[in-house]
Amino acid sequence: MSAPLLSARGVTKRFGERIACRDVSFELWPGEVLGIVGESGSGKTTLLNCLAGRLTPDGGTVTYESAAAGTVDVHGLSEARRRLLARTEWGFVNQDAREGLRMGVSAGANIGERLMAIGARHYGTIRQTSCDWLARVEIDLDRLDDRPTTYSGGMRQRLQIARNLVSEPRLVFMDEPTGGLDVSVQARLLDLLRGLVDRFHLSAVLVTHDLGVARLLTHRLMVMQGGKVVEDGLTDQVLDDPQHAYTQMLVASILPV
Amino acid sequence: MPDGAYNYAYLDEQTKRMIRRAILKAVAVPGYQVPFGGREMPLPYGWGTGGIQVTAAIIGRDDTLKVIDQGADDTTNAVSIRRFFARVADVATTTRTEEATVIQTRHRVPETPLKEGQILVFQVPIPEPLRMLEPRETETRTLHALSEYGVMQVSLYESIARHGRIAKTYNYPVLVNGRYMMSPSPIPKFDNPKLDRNPALQLYGAGREKRIYAVPPYTPVKSLDFDDHPFEIERWTECCALCGSRESFLDEMIVDDEGKRLYVCSDTDYCQERQGAQAQGKEAP
Amino acid sequence: MYVAVKGGETAIEHSLELLADRRRGDRDVPELSLRQIDEQLALAVDRVMTEGSCYDRELAALAIKQARGDLVEAIFLLRAYRTTLPRFGDTLPIDTARMVAERRISSTFKDVPGGQVLGPTFDYTHRLLDFALMANGEHPAAPTAPVDTTNDLPRVGDILEREGMLEPPPSAENDAPAQDITRTPLTLPASRPVRLQNLARGDEGFLLALAYSTQRGYGNNHPFVGEIRFGAVPVSFVPEELGFAIEIAEIDVTECDMVNQFAGSHDVPPQFTRGYGLAFGHAERKAMSMALVDRSLRAGELSENATAPAQDEEFVLAHSDSVEASGFVQHLKLPHYVDFQSELVVVRTLRAEVEARLQQAAE
Repeated sequence: MSAPLLSARGVTKRFGERIACRDVSFELWPGEVLGIVGESGSGKTTLLNCLAGRLTPDGGTVTYESAAAGTVDVHGLSEARRRLLARTEWGFVNQDAREGLRMGVSAGANIGERLMAIGARHYGTIRQTSCDWLARVEIDLDRLDDRPTTYSGGMRQRLQIARNLVSEPRLVFMDEPTGGLDVSVQARLLDLLRGLVDRFHLSAVLVTHDLGVARLLTHRLMVMQGGKVVEDGLTDQVLDDPQHAYTQMLVASILPV
Repeated sequence: MPDGAYNYAYLDEQTKRMIRRAILKAVAVPGYQVPFGGREMPLPYGWGTGGIQVTAAIIGRDDTLKVIDQGADDTTNAVSIRRFFARVADVATTTRTEEATVIQTRHRVPETPLKEGQILVFQVPIPEPLRMLEPRETETRTLHALSEYGVMQVSLYESIARHGRIAKTYNYPVLVNGRYMMSPSPIPKFDNPKLDRNPALQLYGAGREKRIYAVPPYTPVKSLDFDDHPFEIERWTECCALCGSRESFLDEMIVDDEGKRLYVCSDTDYCQERQGAQAQGKEAP
Repeated sequence: MYVAVKGGETAIEHSLELLADRRRGDRDVPELSLRQIDEQLALAVDRVMTEGSCYDRELAALAIKQARGDLVEAIFLLRAYRTTLPRFGDTLPIDTARMVAERRISSTFKDVPGGQVLGPTFDYTHRLLDFALMANGEHPAAPTAPVDTTNDLPRVGDILEREGMLEPPPSAENDAPAQDITRTPLTLPASRPVRLQNLARGDEGFLLALAYSTQRGYGNNHPFVGEIRFGAVPVSFVPEELGFAIEIAEIDVTECDMVNQFAGSHDVPPQFTRGYGLAFGHAERKAMSMALVDRSLRAGELSENATAPAQDEEFVLAHSDSVEASGFVQHLKLPHYVDFQSELVVVRTLRAEVEARLQQAAE
């Protein structure tokens, strides 16, 4: 592949006087999972929202290599085109599954929504696809018609992932997907995510404060502090041989497993 | 106060022009809800203020007006609105669908097929078809602008998952001219097929919400559904106790203390025409 | 044989006759005059004028009489009349600093230029039923307080403003002609002039409850009563033919300037902000509620976290109008036979299916 899937150039975002992220540039290549790590307040979620077009940066550009439309400037797109992109070629997994799900309708409808939004009109087919995805994210099929309000935290997160992946996106943004879950539930979710990334050859940008999650899922890492990228490189390299003092501090603070 | 104190058809001419401009825009963009400067009318909100503003803006001395509520000409609110126009617009009124040039309606489309040149004015309580799924006007306007209607399909999916069928019975959402999703007002879904490619002009007025929208003659109107759960209308096993019709929408009456039921046409004019024809020994229409 | 129900027309006529009869009540009791209503139920007249958006005491009194004392109905009557009136133009903004104030209080300073003037208020009555009124006892006339009409009464807000402690009132918007919400549809997000018009016409009970909710933690905005004043202000108009302003009327208004704490943002140092309320006649509860809700609705503009109902512009503006709300709630009295019939058909079908399934399972 000749072109990166997603490129950021000098992305900067301010909130009043505070600069949430400053002059961030990187390239994401097809099939690659990029981790953004740092403590809370380091600007990683703001950056993710800028990349996904949910926030408009004050400076810099984000370009995306679209399957349908060629190279596009994410923030130069009309809202209509950006929203179309967001529900076809992209996925977004929120930390709080309630924000990414429709809590008032069944799991089947949650998974089927993207299909219906892009024109699927055969109830039986939509339902079958929902079943397939429920199985892939390891949820019992007899929960298909239940609402996510009756699901546990881990199940909700898996349902949110299925709801995103059903349209076979090329790029998935994930904001602390394992945050707030029990350790054993986290492990299962990470396993599942790793399998899905491999199977569907997904590219992803993953925000996490958990270096363990980063090590398991990502190929490359960017370490952010105070809105700036202080170090980046291959995940194993960064974690095994951190160069920047802040990264060293982060790595040192993980308990050895 | 003598009626001479008011302008013809109650509204001042400037207001009528404003409403007509909104109507023209609505006709030009079928199914799109045009905001208009709805006035306070001498009728409570929710009782047809949108319908009477539209009617007042289009009616002239040569028109013949019919007003129905629930399909009937003699329901109290229909009577009240008809009297209002007879008084302020000095207009001929009728109960016969065929004779009317303007028909203002609440909750029904007449059974007798409409013709070119007729105008059907609907009273609309909630013009936004997505309102019960998304209460915010700022968001629903965006959804219309971007044709993002997946959420309505989700609600129909959910109905099938829960009930084995689309259990929505009235105010059943439609797509107009392949572009805008529209609320047909709370007519029973039985009437939805009549909206499709109808030779008459359909105008929809929502007074409280200050929106006007339209379906021009012969415009395609599709009721939403799934390929394997196609749109269906209500059916009765009974026929009308008065005219014997098996094709019309039937009202159910409880006629004695034991709860005995009787079914009669909701469209009183249609029913009477058939009874009249039968009395003369002719074939029923 | 069954005959369809008929006679809507006669029924309506009879209903109208009955209503007129009940309105009059016992003919042995003297009929109320409009002047009596205006003079002795003055606060009801004030409310009907405010929410009816029409300053005419006689018409408001007539509406109250015709509505049998139902104020929401009276407001509706006055609005339906107002809507047919031609527009000659806009008056100049009233200047409440020129008010001949009968009452003026501030709770932020012990004393203010011009002084605290209690005026007529329910505040310090003991809410004991006055049985002398029952006996129609005549009350002696109050000693007339000398009202100073020579000097303008400076607003407390202006004094704070000079020090930079209080934000100045928005000026840029004042230059643009305000959109008339009775002529153009409400579009969101709304400008502050539009919001204030909506609140001024809004139902007093609704605004009171919302204002109260902000004080109980649903969007607290730390309010102080900067000033409440009630009195007469002149209304001026510039006729096109003349090209200069002439005074055309004097009206009574109640104004409330609420002063609210504001933590400041990244661009603005901490200062006090304001919420504004204005009502026709003497209506402090309404003016205060309006000011609190106005301030709540500025949450977005001031980068505050908008989470409470009173901070939700779309929720507040769409539901504040008593005429809209009353009509739509009461339209449920209209026949809904057709919709209900459709529901009957589908519920019967669904029930039959479930019963058949249960029976099959039992066999």
